[in-house]
Amino acid sequence: MIEFVQAIFNPDNQFLRLAAIIGILASLSFGIVGTYVVTRRISYLAGAISHCVFGGIGASLYLQQKTGILWIKPMYGAVISALIAAIVIGFVSLHVKEREDTVIGALWAIGMAAGILFIDRTAGYFDMASYLFGDILLISYSDITLVACLDILVVFISLFFYNKLIAVCFDHEFARLRGINVDFYFIVLLCMTALTVVLLIRIVGIVMVIALLTIPSAIAGQFSKRLWQMMLFSTLFCMVFSCFGLAFSYKYRFSTGPSIIIIAGFSYLAVLIGSNLLKKFKK
Amino acid sequence: MSENLAVELENVSFAYTKENVLEKVNLQISQGDFASIVGPNAGGKTTLLMLLLGLLKPCTGKVKVLGKSPKKVRLRIGYMPQHIRLDLHFPITVMEIVLMGRLGKSLGVRYSKKDIKAALSALLQVNLVNFKDSLFIELSGGQMQRVLIARALCCNPDILMLDEPTSNIDAENEEALFEILKQLNKTMTILMVSHDIGFVSQFVKSVICVNRKVVVHPTSQVNGTLIKNIYGGDIRMVRHDHICSEKGHYND
Repeated sequence: MIEFVQAIFNPDNQFLRLAAIIGILASLSFGIVGTYVVTRRISYLAGAISHCVFGGIGASLYLQQKTGILWIKPMYGAVISALIAAIVIGFVSLHVKEREDTVIGALWAIGMAAGILFIDRTAGYFDMASYLFGDILLISYSDITLVACLDILVVFISLFFYNKLIAVCFDHEFARLRGINVDFYFIVLLCMTALTVVLLIRIVGIVMVIALLTIPSAIAGQFSKRLWQMMLFSTLFCMVFSCFGLAFSYKYRFSTGPSIIIIAGFSYLAVLIGSNLLKKFKK
Repeated sequence: MSENLAVELENVSFAYTKENVLEKVNLQISQGDFASIVGPNAGGKTTLLMLLLGLLKPCTGKVKVLGKSPKKVRLRIGYMPQHIRLDLHFPITVMEIVLMGRLGKSLGVRYSKKDIKAALSALLQVNLVNFKDSLFIELSGGQMQRVLIARALCCNPDILMLDEPTSNIDAENEEALFEILKQLNKTMTILMVSHDIGFVSQFVKSVICVNRKVVVHPTSQVNGTLIKNIYGGDIRMVRHDHICSEKGHYND
């Protein structure tokens, strides 16, 4: 770990420094939104949103080349497609009573497929794997600005509507009877999930980002007594997982995203087994 | 349409798919009543409650609560769901749950001192003030149900609507619960769905039997010590063995 800290401050390792900063900044949103996703039980919807992002990335690469407008960057396409996906998937979840999961599964696949078709029509070589599984070498300084802005937005919304979101997640029927526009807050929650997912796509990739959203919160949920505690702990866990994953991948020359997910995943399993043993031991 | 009626249903039918769950229901409940909705499973009890809450819309007919459409008087209704329908692993305290009753009257960004005071007085009415900082999951079934009543009371309602308040709790807790409801009935109309078909608490004033059609029964006193032994408390028997008129009938 000391080696890793030294490496971060080495002027030659700018990419490592950027990845660490983004990982730590994004953890805040991941902890807060992940807690809502886990308690409201919508990780499947979050998974669909993150995969639809690939469609947006493909579309923006295609448009960038066709129109020659350089500012159409993949990250902007990712943000826009994530928000559209969140709204569409939200409406499906609210209004399609029959086979809701199948419809969402279809949207999930359509998003991915659209992205690949767009990339097929885009000339030149494009490394899909870097978006699917993350690539910290692609991170630039402008990403930090984007991550910081989205972070502030997500944190502001989730704290400002804390009491209402807690009511919507705990008992949406009752919340509706109190005159709260439950459907609206559900869509807001999905939009925040969409923005959060985009934050770390550069590092952990589309396929695995959902694990980093839910695992820290699931671990925190094992011992948290209040929702805000769960948010706080999952933020910390998310920071720890990203930093350790980064250090691990740097030292042993592994891909960063999978390293982070492996550490998070094994920690979760260990906590689950540990807490089950503890319960048995107490009996 | 009088304001004196807590609930009025006129020719209401409802179907989830093709078959009617409720058919041509006519029902009137006056204010101050303590009515229990009983009937077999899948007979339409919960559907009736959802219609009264405005969470479902009738296919035909009119539903009026306090003389208006249920959606308009929503904030005057206190609703208590069954605790087993909630996520018990949700990390939340009793106080946080009860405070939800105050949502809708304020912006709800932060709860004020007034909100907290109202929540505490609601908890006082169900004898759970000492548990205000306890976690929901640490409570017994009966206590959970009382927390949800406190949350409904925190809405400062004119009508209290309860969904099976006594399911999943033992006889002793059931008695305590009815004692609380009896006190509350002095100031508000109570309407509850009950899972027992044959027997209801002695405090219940009228019984609404739902099995696709709706019939109102009176309650008549039972003195049998046998039943008392079985149920561990005083109860009233509902006569199911005869045919009633549409309007129901009265004790003679």
